[in-house]
Amino acid sequence: MLDGFQEILFTLRQNKLRTVLTAFGVFWGIFMLVLLLGAGRGMQNGVYEDFGSDVRDFIIIWTGDTSLAFHGMGPGRKIQLQLADIEALKQQVPGIRVISSERFVEEGTINYEHKNSNAQVVGVPDVYFKIKEDVPFNFGRRINPLDLEETRKVVLVGSKVAERLFDKDVDPVGKEIRVKEVVMKVAGVFYDKFNRGQASERVLMPLTTMEKIYGGGEITSNIWVRPKDGIDPFEFQKQVIGVLKRRHDVSPDDNRGINSFNMAEPMQRVTGLFIGIDVFIWFVGLGTLMAGIVGISNIMIITVKERTKEIGIRKALGATPFHIVSTLLLESTLVTGVAGYLGLVIGVGLLELVAFGIRSTGAKLPYFANPGVDFKLAITALALLVGVGVLAGLMPALRAARITPTEAMKSE
Amino acid sequence: MIKLQDIHKSYRSGDQSVHVLKGVDLHIREGELVSIMGSSGSGKSTLLNILGILDSYDRGSYLLGGQPVNNMGETEAARLRNRMLGFVFQSFNLLPFKNAAENVALPLYYQGVGRRERNRRAEEILDLVGLGERKTFMPNQLSGGQKQRVAIARALVGKPKVILADEPTGALDSRTTQEIMELLKEIHRRGNTVVIVTHEKDVAEQTDRQIFLRDGRVSQSPHVEPHRVAAAD
Repeated sequence: MLDGFQEILFTLRQNKLRTVLTAFGVFWGIFMLVLLLGAGRGMQNGVYEDFGSDVRDFIIIWTGDTSLAFHGMGPGRKIQLQLADIEALKQQVPGIRVISSERFVEEGTINYEHKNSNAQVVGVPDVYFKIKEDVPFNFGRRINPLDLEETRKVVLVGSKVAERLFDKDVDPVGKEIRVKEVVMKVAGVFYDKFNRGQASERVLMPLTTMEKIYGGGEITSNIWVRPKDGIDPFEFQKQVIGVLKRRHDVSPDDNRGINSFNMAEPMQRVTGLFIGIDVFIWFVGLGTLMAGIVGISNIMIITVKERTKEIGIRKALGATPFHIVSTLLLESTLVTGVAGYLGLVIGVGLLELVAFGIRSTGAKLPYFANPGVDFKLAITALALLVGVGVLAGLMPALRAARITPTEAMKSE
Repeated sequence: MIKLQDIHKSYRSGDQSVHVLKGVDLHIREGELVSIMGSSGSGKSTLLNILGILDSYDRGSYLLGGQPVNNMGETEAARLRNRMLGFVFQSFNLLPFKNAAENVALPLYYQGVGRRERNRRAEEILDLVGLGERKTFMPNQLSGGQKQRVAIARALVGKPKVILADEPTGALDSRTTQEIMELLKEIHRRGNTVVIVTHEKDVAEQTDRQIFLRDGRVSQSPHVEPHRVAAAD
C-alpha cells in the first residue's frame, strides 16, 4: 500500500504541470464555493443582526386610541390592555408557547452615588425572559419567580445605563441605585441589540414591585406572545388580535386601537431572499465545481492516453487490471483530495481573516457580519468532489485496464 | 514446458477477417533454446503474443508448465505471466522515467516483494548482466545494447521459467547483437527455457532448434543436433 503510494507520488512528480493544473481546477472550485457560501452567510448574519437579539417568532401587541366608531362608541377612545387579557388569551387561543406582559412607566432618572442616567423603566414578569431568551446577560441574573412573589426591590440594568452609572472596574451586581427616587438593588446587566442597542437604555424590575411602587393594578402596556412550533404565525396573530378586539369592543378594521407587529413577517421576506441567494450561490458554486470535475475527467483521459504504452509494459510485467485501475484511481483521488482540502482550508482561512478584520476594527458594514461556512456543508462538498473525481477517473482507468499489452505497447 | 495444439487466431481488420494462425502445433521442452523464424506477416509476433499470454486465441489449446491457459481471466493471466514468463522486446520497452535498477525491480513490485528486497535483487541481476556500475542511469543515458541488457535483467529478476524474446537484437548492430546473444545463451545455460523470435539467420543458427512459421503454420521444425555453444570466449 505504502509502496503503491510512493509509486503514485513518483508519477505525479513526473507530470508536475499536469498535476498542478488539475489540482488547481479542483482547488479553485472548492475555494470559490467556500467564499460564496461564506459571503452568503455573512449577508445573512448581517441582516439578522439588524433584527437585534430578539427571538424570531414573537408578536408584540400595543394599544392606542380607537380610530373607528364601534358598538355605539365614538372614535378616539383610549384602549388599555389588562393582565386579564393575557388570561383570556391563554384560554381562548390554542398554540400559545409563551405570553408575557410588559409595563412601562414614565422615563425617569437613575442615580448611583454621584452619577446619573435617564432610562425607560419597565415592569416584567419572569416569563418575559422566555421572549427575550436570546438577550445576553453580561453580569448577574434575570428576574425570577421569587422576586415577583416577594415583590423584591431588584432591577436589571441595560448596558447603556450601566456604562453611565458605573466605572469600568466596578461590578454593578449587588450595588444599590435609585430608580426614580426608590432605592433598588442591581441583580444583573443585559445588552439588548434591538434598535441598534437603544433597547439597552432600559431598567427592568419585577412587575409586582412596579405595581406596589406606582400602583395601577392589573394593567400592562404591551403583550408579547410566541406561538408554538408548527403553528401558522399569521393565523395565530389574527386569532390573538381578534380576541383582544372583542374584549375591548374595538372594530375588527381598527388598527389604531389595538396594533401588533409580527416578527414572522420580515422573517418571511428575508427568508425568501436568502433562499434566492442560496440557490444562486449553489448554482454558481456547483458550476465552478463542475468545471473542476470536467477538468479532472479530461486530464485523466489524457493521462491514460499518454501512458497507454507504460500501462502495456506494466501489464506485460505482471500488473493485474486491479493494479492498473487502483493506481489510476488513487492518483485522481489523491490530487482531488489534497487540492480540495487546500481550497477548503484556504477559503475558510480567508473568511476567518475577513471576519477577524471586521471584528477587530469594529467596522459596521451594512448587512454584512461574521462571514463563515457551515463546515459540515463544506466537507460534504469536498467529499462529493472527491467522489466525482474518482468517478471521473474510473472510466478512463477501466478502459486502460482493458487494453491488451500488445496493443498498448505498439502505441506511441 | 510449452505445448500448443491446433492454435487458430484471426484478426478483424475493417470488414475483413485475417486468419493469421491456422492451426499451430508446437512443443518446447523445459531448458530448450529455441528460435522462431518467419518472414514478416508470417504470424510470428502473434504467436509470441499468444505464448506470452499477452493476446488471446480463437481455437486450440495451450499448456504452459502443464497449466491450461484457455480462457484465462485477465488477473489470472497477469499473475501467471509474472510468475512464469520474462519478456525481452525489440524496442526494449523500459519505462523512461525510471532508472535501470527501478526498471529491473518492476516485476518484483507486482509480485509483492518489499522495496529493500527488490532493490537488492535488481542490483544483483544488473551485476550479472554486466551493468552493475550503471544501476542509477536513466534509460536515455544508456546505449542500445545496455538498454537491452537492462531489459533482459528485468525479464530475469522474477525468476521466470521461460524467457520470451521478440527480435531482441533487431535494433542493435552486429557486435552488440553477438553480446546480447551470448547473454541469452548464458541464461539458457543457467536452466531457463529461452524462445527467441527473429528474422536474422545468424541469430537463429545459434539456438538448439529453429522453428519456421510459414503462412500461419509451423512448416518445418527440424530437430537439429543441439549444439550448445561452449563458452565462446
